[in-house]
Amino acid sequence: MSIVMILYYVMTAYLVAMLLWNFVREKKSVDDMILYLIILIPLVLRLFRVK
Amino acid sequence: MSRLWAIKIVLLVIFAAVIVHSGIQLFEHRHHKLPIVAGPGVTKVIKLSEYCAGLKGTVADTDVFILEGKEKGGKILFMANTHSNEPASLLTAIIFIENAIVAKGTLIIIPQFNHSGSRNTRPGDGYPLYFHIQTEWGQKTFRMGNRDASPLDQWPDPDVYIHYPERQLLSFIDVRNTNRTWPGRADGPLMEKVTFAAMELLRKEKVDLALDVHGAETMFPVTNCIVAPEQSVRIATMAALTVKAMEGFDNHVEPSPQGFRGLSHREIGDYSDTLPFLLEAPIPFLDQPTGPKTEKLLLDGKDPFLLRLAGQKKLFVPYDESGWPMEKRVGQHCSVIQEIVKQYSRKNPDGTIFIQNVPRYADVVKNGVVHYYHDPAKSDADRIYLH
Repeated sequence: MSIVMILYYVMTAYLVAMLLWNFVREKKSVDDMILYLIILIPLVLRLFRVK
Repeated sequence: MSRLWAIKIVLLVIFAAVIVHSGIQLFEHRHHKLPIVAGPGVTKVIKLSEYCAGLKGTVADTDVFILEGKEKGGKILFMANTHSNEPASLLTAIIFIENAIVAKGTLIIIPQFNHSGSRNTRPGDGYPLYFHIQTEWGQKTFRMGNRDASPLDQWPDPDVYIHYPERQLLSFIDVRNTNRTWPGRADGPLMEKVTFAAMELLRKEKVDLALDVHGAETMFPVTNCIVAPEQSVRIATMAALTVKAMEGFDNHVEPSPQGFRGLSHREIGDYSDTLPFLLEAPIPFLDQPTGPKTEKLLLDGKDPFLLRLAGQKKLFVPYDESGWPMEKRVGQHCSVIQEIVKQYSRKNPDGTIFIQNVPRYADVVKNGVVHYYHDPAKSDADRIYLH
């Protein structure tokens, strides 16, 4: 795995962490909660090297 | 527990269910293994990484089946699944690997040229993950791959792919397309290493002919044809005329454009002494204005929308209620490959290649593709290669 590819995985992990944090902090909008989780799907699949 | 947290937990459970449900299917697809039985003509199986060390240990490394004749003669390389969503090429390659006997010369076959692409999917376009073909001894399951290598194996994509060495600007996604990365380089992105390894194979083994087998949409003008550069046109034309006269199907010749870089039919001829040919058979499944992208459409090529368009003369191939079944596509490839070999051998007596025991168009249409496949359960374990 190249260094650039590793860096992209690190960026993906960072985005996953930020989205989860926003999901936890969200207090009003259910729409936003759903949105965070939908955006998380491809990122989690990539992080686990599934898709 | 507050109402807010109850909602969050329900959403997280749904999220986890989606991830697990889809993830398991995608994981199984990527790791599904297709058994290919090395037939009596296969004398050696090596890895493509023998020609480029950078491929070793990567998903892009792939098996190279070598069928050597008792008599020395010319050499031919047959590449299938350059685009893994055009599976008639793979089905044809398996017929050759499991049946062909080479009496003179050498036949080299790479059945999964873009091995990473064969483990990639296109669920966003509704592609099935697999297709199945019923045989006399059970069902054979094939992965439905994608045109490009998986980003799991080569990531990230550039904004624009700058072709090496011509520096032509190509679409970003073509950096994972093994029919845009020719002639490749040993230290480039993974797919450039794949094409570089193939170029090294062609140059070191002094291969005479290279056949890159594909499928193309019925609405795309470069379909049902042999694409050939200047030096291959004569043989391609003779092959096209012969199959039309003797076997009754059209397969016209398209010139390889000089200004469009990265394609096998252009770069192989420009960077080696090998004569390249790219074979296209129609695949209605890839056309945009079809019904659902089902396994049935992939196999029988029947679609009511294409039928209407055919009535309006919008297609580049003949099309009727019978569609474009897989048998026709594979049969065409079998005949055209053998005819190119025959025409080359006629013109080059010292480089004759003589391949036996491979069906022609009419045989495959009559008997079906799987008639020519061997049951892995009844084959020696050391002759089975899992792809």
